[in-house]
Amino acid sequence: MTGMVKTARALVAVAALAFSATAFAAEGEAPHIEKQQWSFSGPFGTYDRAQLQRGFKIYKEVCSSCHALKFVAFRNLAQPGGPGFTEEEAKVIAAEYTVTDGPNDEGDMYERPAVLADHFPSPFPNEQAARAANGGAYPPDFSLLAKARAAHRGFPAFVFDAFTQYQEQGPDYIYALLTGYEEEAPEGVEVPAGQYYNPHFLAGKTLAMAPPLSDELVEYTDGTPMTVDQYARDVSAFMMWAAEPKLEERKKIGFRVMAFLVIFGSLLYFTKQKIWRKVDH
Amino acid sequence: MAGHSNYVPQSAAAKWLESRLPVISLIRGSFVDFPTPKNLNYWWTFGGILFMVLIAQILTGVVLVMHYTPSTANAFASVEHIMRDVNFGWLLRYLHANGASMFFIAVYIHIFRGMYYGSYKAPREISWILGVIIFLIMMATAFMGYVLPWGQMSFWGATVITNLFSAIPLVGEEIRTWLWGGFSVDNPTLNRFFSLHYLLPFMIFGVVLLHVWAFHTTGNNNPTGVQPKTKQDTIPFHPYYTVKDLFAIVVFLILFAWFAFYVPNYMGHPDNYTEANPLVTPAHIVPEWYFLPFYAILRAIPDKLGGVIAMFGSIAVLFVLPWLDTSKVRSGTFRPLFKQFFWIFGAVCIGLGYLGSQPAEGIYVILSRILTAYYFAHFLIILPLLGFLEKPKPLPASISEAVLGAGQPAGAVAGPQTK
Amino acid sequence: MAQQDTVEPTRRDFLYIATGAVGAVGAAALAWPFVDQMNPDASALALASIEVDVSAVEEGQSITVKWRGKPVFIRNRTAEEIQEAKSVPVGELPDPLARNSNLPADAEASDTNRAAPEKEPWLVMVGICTHLGCVPLGQQGDFGGWFCPCHGSHYDTAGRIRKGPAPENLLVPPFEFVSDTTIKVG
Repeated sequence: MTGMVKTARALVAVAALAFSATAFAAEGEAPHIEKQQWSFSGPFGTYDRAQLQRGFKIYKEVCSSCHALKFVAFRNLAQPGGPGFTEEEAKVIAAEYTVTDGPNDEGDMYERPAVLADHFPSPFPNEQAARAANGGAYPPDFSLLAKARAAHRGFPAFVFDAFTQYQEQGPDYIYALLTGYEEEAPEGVEVPAGQYYNPHFLAGKTLAMAPPLSDELVEYTDGTPMTVDQYARDVSAFMMWAAEPKLEERKKIGFRVMAFLVIFGSLLYFTKQKIWRKVDH
Repeated sequence: MAGHSNYVPQSAAAKWLESRLPVISLIRGSFVDFPTPKNLNYWWTFGGILFMVLIAQILTGVVLVMHYTPSTANAFASVEHIMRDVNFGWLLRYLHANGASMFFIAVYIHIFRGMYYGSYKAPREISWILGVIIFLIMMATAFMGYVLPWGQMSFWGATVITNLFSAIPLVGEEIRTWLWGGFSVDNPTLNRFFSLHYLLPFMIFGVVLLHVWAFHTTGNNNPTGVQPKTKQDTIPFHPYYTVKDLFAIVVFLILFAWFAFYVPNYMGHPDNYTEANPLVTPAHIVPEWYFLPFYAILRAIPDKLGGVIAMFGSIAVLFVLPWLDTSKVRSGTFRPLFKQFFWIFGAVCIGLGYLGSQPAEGIYVILSRILTAYYFAHFLIILPLLGFLEKPKPLPASISEAVLGAGQPAGAVAGPQTK
Repeated sequence: MAQQDTVEPTRRDFLYIATGAVGAVGAAALAWPFVDQMNPDASALALASIEVDVSAVEEGQSITVKWRGKPVFIRNRTAEEIQEAKSVPVGELPDPLARNSNLPADAEASDTNRAAPEKEPWLVMVGICTHLGCVPLGQQGDFGGWFCPCHGSHYDTAGRIRKGPAPENLLVPPFEFVSDTTIKVG
């Protein structure tokens, strides 16, 4: 069937050319998001524990006043493939938070320090309260944001992404957004009151979140530069972990599965050749 | 099917069973001794691959249900619970979600293989029609499955697709309300979709058995399209095709594993990681990639009912394909003109898929209309005419002759690379 | 076939055996996630221990708390109850073992081995009848302890089976007094 294969190849090439022209025309609107270097990209990627701990510090000291992290539990901080806190450290972190429990024997809800089994408490009791406190904007939950945000890649980039295993659109976007605020909006872009200009924002050019980071805002004790750029990288990495806590396990098992399939497939190929060697086909 | 086996039970137990329920000879006749054309190429392995993916989807689906909660309040959180807390939950869910895409990759290859080699032609029309039915149930299953995680795309996809039914004259609104069990997509909708999503795969399984039964009655088609004539033309299914299919399945699993382990969210949409919100529609609603060509056809027609009719018509036309193709020659290998139109048709389908992912405006709408028109023209004009206009190449006298190349017309068979 | 086997038996057989063996290993490895997903998940394991405030439980009172989805009886026993439990020779008990998760498996079912260490009045037990899993009723039955209404098992004031079909004493779960008034179960 060389005919079928050859024609298929030619067609794919022609189609690629035809669509790339239209695709580029369409992508003018979407913000361009730079790719960043991440320790967790690629088939053998792992999280940088120190980076996740720094990112968690930024979340705790800066972001958590508005953004919830409801699908992450304190126990997750100490689980393998995460920020690498010890169980004791995670207990101490948990105890700094207050969660509502109950009802008690009198039928009342009561507050107590969080334990490992608890999830991160939300800064607002409900969406309405969050909106009311933030000028009508709803600060999205952080636990899945790194998977819920991605700039459209367009053709042909999205085809190559399958081969290069590019799955870091989320942290790339978060990094671009956090470092992408501009003081002055260009001509013709109106910045409404209570909004800030950021050309990287996906759903428009302005958003209600003020630039949340500034140099020296969060104290790093390990000598890592205390810059907006570094903060943005660290908190993006932390959010990727929050959204995909089993990434390391997935890639590790994935490699074993691949190795197994290649070996088993090769053996099957030789077996098949042996069985078929007497048949003209 | 059982008729193909010369199995004679040896042990007393086998004799006892065989005289009461001849299941051993049925299985041997269908999947062991079954005479299969010896020239099937690798495009034929997709039947086996599809069977494997169906079983994989059922198995991962059954265990996911052990942890999933079908309620609007808890569905999204229960999926996250699977991803974060359940032992290997992330693996099972990523296998299931990517398995749906793998299922469609394989089924599209399988369908286009059938189209190229004329597998739908007499006497295999029933097998083809059953295949189209499987395809339809697959689409319904995949659509309802995508609703279950209750993300933004789940919710708005369900809203858009169920609204299609409101285009039906007179009773459209009532049908839509009936589908929803309310006045919008809500908890009753999620619950019934969950029920049906669990049920339909087993119906697919049943129809698959009929599909196999049908082409085991007529015998497999093969790349030459020439019916096997002598015993030299066939070989027993086992071990020849069991091992070949198994090899192909493992190669396919490498692709599957690549997606499930390394780019698990590549086929999905980021918006589905945001919980459903009935008050906010995402900026770009796109269905899963496997529905995109049909979605493009839907949007190409500037009329609600017309669009829905065109979309369902694009699948309905497949049912009558066996009677639209007037050529006496089965395999595209011997049809020089058909071959070219086949590839153009393939490109048109890919083009429609691309257009389905783009916003419905400007040049995209015009291109969608042209390609939609061509899609229908392929079935309703080109295929019926080709049978009369085309001069096919001479056919080999038998499969064996084609394989050995004896007296083979130049270029008639490209050559058995499978060696 | 037989003839071919003698021509090149080892290489061919080796290939088939190797392929089959690798396939079997793969199938077994694949089966494990499907089995393991039914084990308690990370969130269930995280809830494996609870802390209970018992400061309000007076002598002669009990509370029932939920631990791992099961009732746990915590009773502050009266002096008579303790006396009654102590007066029974261990040898006469249907189940002579303490069934106390905090002690070696062969510890005998003396009252001391059933009660909280150094806090004799306190009895902490999983409230699940060892017969078929019903929840026994407190301070009922022929021995003033617990009585299971499902199939008529009588437990004494130390939660030991005395009469009826249950084979074992009520289980004492892993627990400790983390302060004078707080018990950590699990």
